[in-house]
Amino acid sequence: MPKNIRNEFKRWEKNTLNKTISKSPEREPAFKTTSHIELKRLYTPLDVVNMDYCDELGFPGEFPFTRGVQPTMYRGRLWTMRQYAGFATPEETNKRYKYLLEHGQTGLSVAFDLPTQIGYDSDHPLSEGEVGKVGVAVDTLKDMEILFDGIPLDKVSTSMTINSTAAILLTMYIAVAEKQGVKTEVLQGTIQNDILKEYAARGTYIYPPLESMRIVTDIFAFCKDHVPRWNTISISGYHMREAGCTAVQEVAFTLSDGIAYVEAAIHAGLDVDSFASRLAFFFCCHNTFIEEIAKFRAARRLWAKIMKERFKAKRDESCMLRFHTQTAGCSLTAQQPDNNVVRVAFQALAAVLGGTQSLHTNSRDEAYSLPTEDSVRLALRTQQLIAYESGVTDVIDPFGGSFAVEALTDEIERKSMEYIEKIEAMGGAIKAIESGYIQGEIGESAYQYQKEIETKKRIIVGLNQFQSEEESLRDILRIKPDVEQYQKEKLAKVKKERNNVRVKKTLAVLKKTAQGTDNVVPPILEALKVYATLGEISDTLREVFGEYKER
Amino acid sequence: MSRKIRVLIAKPGLDGHDRGAKVIARALRDAGMEVIYTGIRQTPEQIVNAAIQEGVDIVGLSSLSGAHNNLFPKVVQILKEKGAEDILVLGGGIIPMEDIPDLKNAGIKEIFQPGTSTEDIIKYIQETIKLE
Repeated sequence: MPKNIRNEFKRWEKNTLNKTISKSPEREPAFKTTSHIELKRLYTPLDVVNMDYCDELGFPGEFPFTRGVQPTMYRGRLWTMRQYAGFATPEETNKRYKYLLEHGQTGLSVAFDLPTQIGYDSDHPLSEGEVGKVGVAVDTLKDMEILFDGIPLDKVSTSMTINSTAAILLTMYIAVAEKQGVKTEVLQGTIQNDILKEYAARGTYIYPPLESMRIVTDIFAFCKDHVPRWNTISISGYHMREAGCTAVQEVAFTLSDGIAYVEAAIHAGLDVDSFASRLAFFFCCHNTFIEEIAKFRAARRLWAKIMKERFKAKRDESCMLRFHTQTAGCSLTAQQPDNNVVRVAFQALAAVLGGTQSLHTNSRDEAYSLPTEDSVRLALRTQQLIAYESGVTDVIDPFGGSFAVEALTDEIERKSMEYIEKIEAMGGAIKAIESGYIQGEIGESAYQYQKEIETKKRIIVGLNQFQSEEESLRDILRIKPDVEQYQKEKLAKVKKERNNVRVKKTLAVLKKTAQGTDNVVPPILEALKVYATLGEISDTLREVFGEYKER
Repeated sequence: MSRKIRVLIAKPGLDGHDRGAKVIARALRDAGMEVIYTGIRQTPEQIVNAAIQEGVDIVGLSSLSGAHNNLFPKVVQILKEKGAEDILVLGGGIIPMEDIPDLKNAGIKEIFQPGTSTEDIIKYIQETIKLE
């Protein structure tokens, strides 16, 4: 007669456990995740006794996708190894892309400098000191041509971290592909295009929210017809997590933003099943291993339910949360940078165990500068070591069925849903951002986290414990100061050699389109083909949409 | 110190990463200082105008985008031009060690690098203002 688990558990607690605890108490009165979820010391079948396997877990590649979005997951195809890269000039960045591809990266990821992200040319007064610093400077189609020189756009997929100026960079990519003889409809890639999180946590907004949403939905519509294999948006939690929010908040705020985008697209006249399968997501992967794995699974199941129940999506593909992951930059330290290599390895492993489709691993010099060749190579090797040596890729969702993981998946889903409902009651993500609610929650979590570190409630190895005397890293990447001048001269040359009459005409068409309701993407494409600059195109839209001012 | 120390926390340039600036602003407030946070995307001129308008003792500049060598000294310079060089300028963010001597020569009083605790910053400000 099999023993009754509940009775046995009570017996274990009363006798065996109690004996030990009375002699040596546990290290803390309670153990909590970053989302303040209290962790039990032990999870048992009792924690999943009500779980309906078929309904709640199901099978990979089928609704609700808890265990993964593809039926074979990494047994079929490994995640894309996609290192975010870009700095200085397009020429320099092109070299780095070739280096990364040579070393086994399987997808490109473009980092643009702040002027490019915010719609300023390299010669704009506000660009001073910023050109090429956090990413590559792109002023015109000429820069884009150089950036992808020798890289066949029908053979690689490219993710571009670009938001307010996403339409410009996407159409530049299309134009470069055309010049390579590659048809638009075969292009594969992603644009981040997630303007809501810019207001909440990242800051590269240009126009106010409603006008920006119009551009976003125009891009959805354009891609639906012309670039069907393109991920039109990467709805992001990464940046909010980096800004300090918890894992639960990361899921909640990201999916709330997702809801806002789906609503906007439907409101703009698109049928949900015509665009939803091209929505992608982007999450962080922080240190708390078990919580992070559970987080990804919870996010998948929750989004699937939202798409089916709330938005009545008919296709399974419309309910699939496909995501890119970046290991948590904010968890890395300037002190003892080698520790970062280990942190990143754990975080990357958690992302893989969580079923990510694409992964960026940070480098050891994250707290100092953009990565050197050596440090980014090790970051890439970290992924390859997991992929080829760890064996975790040979089993789908190997942590599925773990009592702890399933219990945490449920808890994270539940707590995230509470937040989502709260935000919906406020009128949705846009309202929650305009009122400062989301920013406030993020800020509160960030402050609590810092207090925990300073009171040593939270140990950061090498920072507030296990410190050592050491020199800071010397061999770091430095952007040469002449990059700015070089870009300015190149830009001046392009402006001189182009047909300025044509440029004026295309910008006038763009302005008129923006003032009306037609899709702004085609006129942007026409303008940049005649070498209108990113700044000129952005300014044209500034004239129509105005600029957003932070509260 | 009989009155409260007044601090302006500012983000010059295009960098939008304000987690550090916000955490420090709040920590300084909790330590009893009057803190004004400018928000992101401020020009050096805007920062100086705010600093003078608010009558602050200290301006804390945050930059993670690598533009500090251009922007931080500009703030110091404009403060001087406007006759407000008694306002101390501090800086923090992603600032390589090698850049610190030049920044100090340009008039930034101290640079706080990643890993600095808010406790240390509070102590520094309280001790520095006392001396002035």
